[in-house]
Amino acid sequence: MSSYRKKAWMRFSLFMFLAVLFVLFALLAGFLAPKDPLTTDYGHMLEKPGAGHLFGTDQLGRDIFSRILHGGRSSLLIAFAVTGIVAAVGIFLGTAAGYAGGILDGVIMRICDTLMAFPGIIFTVALVSFIGTGLPNLILAMSLTSWTGYARISRALVLSVKNNVYIEQARLGGASGLRVLGVYIIPNILPSLLVNISQSIGSNLLTISALSLLGLGSPPPTPEWGLMLSEGKNFIYNAPWMLIFPGMVILVCVVIFNLLGDSIQDLMNPRENIY
Amino acid sequence: MGRQIGQRLISLVIILFGLSILTFGLTFLLPSGPVEQVIEKMGITPDPEVIAELKHEYGFDQPFLVQYMNWLKGVVKGDLGFSVLNNDSVNAILSRRLPNTVRLASASFALMVLIAFPLGILSAVFRNRTADYIIRFMSFIGVSIPNFWFGMILIWVLGVRLRLLPVSGSIGWKSLVMPALTLGITNSAYYVRRIRAVMSEQLSEEYISGLRSRGLSDRRIIIAHVLPNSLLAVITMLGMSFGSLLGGTMIVETIFSWNGIGKAAMEAVTGRDYALVQGYVLWMGCIYVLVNLLVDIIDQFLDPRIRRAMSNR
Repeated sequence: MSSYRKKAWMRFSLFMFLAVLFVLFALLAGFLAPKDPLTTDYGHMLEKPGAGHLFGTDQLGRDIFSRILHGGRSSLLIAFAVTGIVAAVGIFLGTAAGYAGGILDGVIMRICDTLMAFPGIIFTVALVSFIGTGLPNLILAMSLTSWTGYARISRALVLSVKNNVYIEQARLGGASGLRVLGVYIIPNILPSLLVNISQSIGSNLLTISALSLLGLGSPPPTPEWGLMLSEGKNFIYNAPWMLIFPGMVILVCVVIFNLLGDSIQDLMNPRENIY
Repeated sequence: MGRQIGQRLISLVIILFGLSILTFGLTFLLPSGPVEQVIEKMGITPDPEVIAELKHEYGFDQPFLVQYMNWLKGVVKGDLGFSVLNNDSVNAILSRRLPNTVRLASASFALMVLIAFPLGILSAVFRNRTADYIIRFMSFIGVSIPNFWFGMILIWVLGVRLRLLPVSGSIGWKSLVMPALTLGITNSAYYVRRIRAVMSEQLSEEYISGLRSRGLSDRRIIIAHVLPNSLLAVITMLGMSFGSLLGGTMIVETIFSWNGIGKAAMEAVTGRDYALVQGYVLWMGCIYVLVNLLVDIIDQFLDPRIRRAMSNR
């Protein structure tokens, strides 16, 4: 193994470890959090970060550290869920379009073009406002609008492997279209998509936090990072820690998943390391 | 060239058609119909007979396509409906607030270009040296930082602690500074990375060693050869980043209480003013599509291969 690959492996392991660590924090929030995230304590409102409360308390005396830990569920884990759904839908539609070609390809790609003609988050916000706010609807809206990137990339990847001999042979051997897609094409292009998947966990986390901040996600008492920021903004004069810590956690998570994506890229495609 | 423009126009028409269908289709996602919504808002217990009558009067009982055509006729004439929240026509509200958004977007865009170009070029030229590492680190943080949080930190530092700038509002240039910084800086980070990538690619081309062997100075190679060759790819990216700029205005306007169409749209979302949300989506979609068309045209004029083909005609 060359020293470059060794380094790439080390970086990948490190970021994978950190990513798993953060997911564990979110999953085990119930055990790890020192306080209940919803219990108000009017004797300790807007308290500075210190020994009793690591990240301070909010306007209702709730422990911000515990809220951030619990917030991992409605922020980080939801980002995972959205990424999974979006990737599955996008990869399926994209590969189907690339493999079948013709009318199906045309229709799927025109839908893609149209959805991409809306600037990122705007159509998502509009969708949520029409189907109603709340977490399930937020996930639905994000899934409906952001599969297009995956569809495009996987379509291009399919076109590049489609004419290989082994695909031809599978078809001659009597495999159905769906089987060729599922068994021969998708497993083949999936590794190339891992980079995108890892990076879109970060960007989905950003979108979820932004939408929650705008009041379109979970309703108030829920510990959610974006929501905590929007509450914190009202106390910017006397309790800046209310907006420093939740934002910092979002930033750290996004950094980890972006670095993870970069390290996967390095592992798979060392030559393209121009970033 | 003519054929290319023709194809581009056809895809433009398809996209605009798709935009209008999607925007109009939003109404059908409402948990209850638009008539029920209005009646509920007025605080009247819905009477099925009255609802049926109203539906008939406004044409809501007609098939999707007929309703769509009626709606489209209005849109073409510039009628996007009536905003219940603001008691004014949607077009009037949006056009009144658009200048503010345009000011914010262009200031941010200018800042973005001013930050991204020098840093991206520096980073590529001093590849794998200290300057490059610092710029790469900063742009990495910039790509990952939530723009809404960056804006809040700016408010806290510049507005609350140092009291240099007003924390919100949309009057005077001073209140423009922070929202524009927020959008400009966060959007430039992605761009720095792209410019560096494009230029690095150019710098590793064979013609560079050819130019070096002819004795050209590095400075001249970069200014006269690498930059013009990179410009094309960079301008295409500009068009794409414009979308995240527009999306960003909605969030940043809300955070800074900047009185643009993004803030109007967010108020419409919370106030369930569906016509205004629809109008906003349609406007934003059209602006984005037109900007990208413009970028495409500029691209074609900048590409010497296409330019030559044209002058040969």
